[in-house]
Amino acid sequence: MTAVLETDGLGKQYGRKWALHHCTLAIPEGKVVGLVGPNGAGKSTLLNLAVGLLAPTLGTIKVLGGRPTDGPSQLGRIGFVAQDTPTYEGMSVAKHFRMGAWLNPRWDSELAERRIRQLGLDPRQKTGSLSGGQRAQVALVLALAKSPEILILDEPVASLDPLARREFLQMLMEVVAEHGVSVVLSSHLIADLDRVCDYLVVLVGSHVQLSGDVSALLASHCHLSGPRRDRSTLPASQEVIEESHTDKQSVYMVRTNAPILDPAWTVKPVTLEDLVLSYMRQAREADPHRRPGLGVLR
Amino acid sequence: MIRFTSLQFRIQAAVTVGVLVLIAIVVVITGPNLVHLYDTTVANCQAHGDCSYARNAFTQSDSFLQSALGALLLVLPALVGIFWGAPLIAREFEAGTFRLVWTQGVTRSRWLAAKLGIVSLASMVVAGMVSLMVSSWFSPIDKVTKLQFTYFDERGIVAIGYALFAFAFGVAAGLLVRRTVPAMFVTLVAFIGARLAITYWVRPNLMAPVKAAMPLHIVFGTSIEQTASTGLSFFEPVNIPNAWIYSNEVVNSSGHVPTAQFLHRACHSLLAVPPSGAVQGVPKPNPNAHAAFAECFANVAAKYHQVVIYQPASRYWAFQWYETAIFFGLALTVAGFCFWWLRRRLV
Amino acid sequence: MIEFQLETESGIATYLQIVQQVHQALRLGLLEPGDQLPTAQQVVAKLAINPNTVLKAYRDLEREGLVRPRPGQGTFVIASLSRTDPATQARLLASMASWLRSARAAGLSPDDIEAIYHTAFRNYFAEGVA
Repeated sequence: MTAVLETDGLGKQYGRKWALHHCTLAIPEGKVVGLVGPNGAGKSTLLNLAVGLLAPTLGTIKVLGGRPTDGPSQLGRIGFVAQDTPTYEGMSVAKHFRMGAWLNPRWDSELAERRIRQLGLDPRQKTGSLSGGQRAQVALVLALAKSPEILILDEPVASLDPLARREFLQMLMEVVAEHGVSVVLSSHLIADLDRVCDYLVVLVGSHVQLSGDVSALLASHCHLSGPRRDRSTLPASQEVIEESHTDKQSVYMVRTNAPILDPAWTVKPVTLEDLVLSYMRQAREADPHRRPGLGVLR
Repeated sequence: MIRFTSLQFRIQAAVTVGVLVLIAIVVVITGPNLVHLYDTTVANCQAHGDCSYARNAFTQSDSFLQSALGALLLVLPALVGIFWGAPLIAREFEAGTFRLVWTQGVTRSRWLAAKLGIVSLASMVVAGMVSLMVSSWFSPIDKVTKLQFTYFDERGIVAIGYALFAFAFGVAAGLLVRRTVPAMFVTLVAFIGARLAITYWVRPNLMAPVKAAMPLHIVFGTSIEQTASTGLSFFEPVNIPNAWIYSNEVVNSSGHVPTAQFLHRACHSLLAVPPSGAVQGVPKPNPNAHAAFAECFANVAAKYHQVVIYQPASRYWAFQWYETAIFFGLALTVAGFCFWWLRRRLV
Repeated sequence: MIEFQLETESGIATYLQIVQQVHQALRLGLLEPGDQLPTAQQVVAKLAINPNTVLKAYRDLEREGLVRPRPGQGTFVIASLSRTDPATQARLLASMASWLRSARAAGLSPDDIEAIYHTAFRNYFAEGVA
């Protein structure tokens, strides 16, 4: 298995604060990876480190087997869309594509033109006069026309209305189906990730709380509810992620690979949303000084 | 990257070409008039016998344009620094577009090299062209006033060095400050500071000046005046056209200026003469005053001589090249710093 | 060509919903052997879901023997789930329509009609007669 994104003890410090700490990941290729976490958790930091806009304080990061400092050909393999999709507002869409053609080793101008036509945009329009959704889609096309092997998208839909979000994800998924690119997509909107991601990384408080294949994660977690009991009575093979009790009842979320044999439990599967929220709450309880703040938008 | 930089620079280039054309039109229209005026009034003023009048009148013609064009060249390098230099990188930080352009397939060094190279070239060309136009427009006037060192920074090639430095500093300021308007402000302050520092601390010391000792003669402008506070004062003007006068003193063989007592003794006859016209209320040359003046002067000239410390006119272009080179050197240092800073952030 | 719909709140996995909708279409005769299923690209361009989900559904359908992929061309239906011929379907549809007409004439609301239908359905199949 070749990893598209590999980090080893990666950390980034600003002054005395660690924006990212002890980050070790190995993300396989061909996946749509959701990077989820509250604001300020370190998602942008991780993605900026991946494209060489930031330099690590500790540890290493490799994308497609190369380091960000390897040179322009490395950058040409990665399509990046930064948060708030920055563009040169006084320049037209067509001029942006000329920039792409001049500055990138592999540029597919036919793809760029086709996709812009598909979007129904006039290439002579200045990007400053486009709506947020249209600008995001132009930025995506700009990243795609580089013929990259991986797309790295930093909260591309955060400030878009629901329709624009849907259209962006439609185009993104179509591209994944057509070209088979890997995608790393950061977001704090769980519903979107639920639709498109098959690999998940949960980042809270500058640390990775959870990472893995979505179907494997959903298969290995479940809700147990039943008469009240203490967590020490649970077998060691069941790792308790979250617990809540009333005077008569206990509800646990556990992680386990063994089947649940105890008949006293009612076993229910977890959704991706349950999973992410539980890990986030657990992370916040471990460090009460951290800022809460997760949006669950449908 | 060269093509992209030109694309990004297109609006500034267009505005600049427009301004250059405007200046060219002004210079081309009014310049020949000035030359014609010179040819008809000053060139043959000897024949008419009114040279000082003709010269004065000529040097005061078109005074608005004189101020405007002189000021233009003074201000141009600062404008280049503020409007071309400061926003170059700061704008990219403010708009977040550095996240777009630095993730395309170019290294940051190549990106900076293209931007610095192309716009600094444009800066030098603009500064050079405006210098040429302004210097040539002023050439009839400069022929009469012969004050090339006084207007040193408004002529010649120094503006090219100033512009290059202002631009490079603006880029560095934008790189460090990351906000356009504060970077503009910092650039302006630093540019003014550098110009003042070099003008007053470096330029005078670039070459050792010449020291000339000359006997005193009565010339136009020699004066002995009585002031209420200090009594008598003696002044001998210096007339070395196009030279840079550092100091002009009347001293004796041991290097001292005439004391008030000495002048009082040497010119006592002059003191007795009433000021011309003061008695009758109408200015009238007083024959007694003339003789008293001559006697006073002779007494002073017997013991004192004139010492002038100056840079000769022939050194003008050496100074221009030195100062331009200094600013070029500063610009290159600043540019080198920008490259180093940009790479440091990557590794 | 069939168009899939997604119910995000239903609790049923996305790929299963696709499989169920294909089964439904086959039963109703909307899909017949030889028809092409939409490509993964076409499906995700409408639904904004992961293409692997679609591919997983199509693989399940292939295992059930209902579809087969033709390399370079797409995925095609090879079997049918329709147990009744169109004539029988039309006859039953007509008698159902006539029953509905008499129920409405008797003054029943749509909810009443649905309740009667569900009761009859349950009673019939609970008796183990099916």
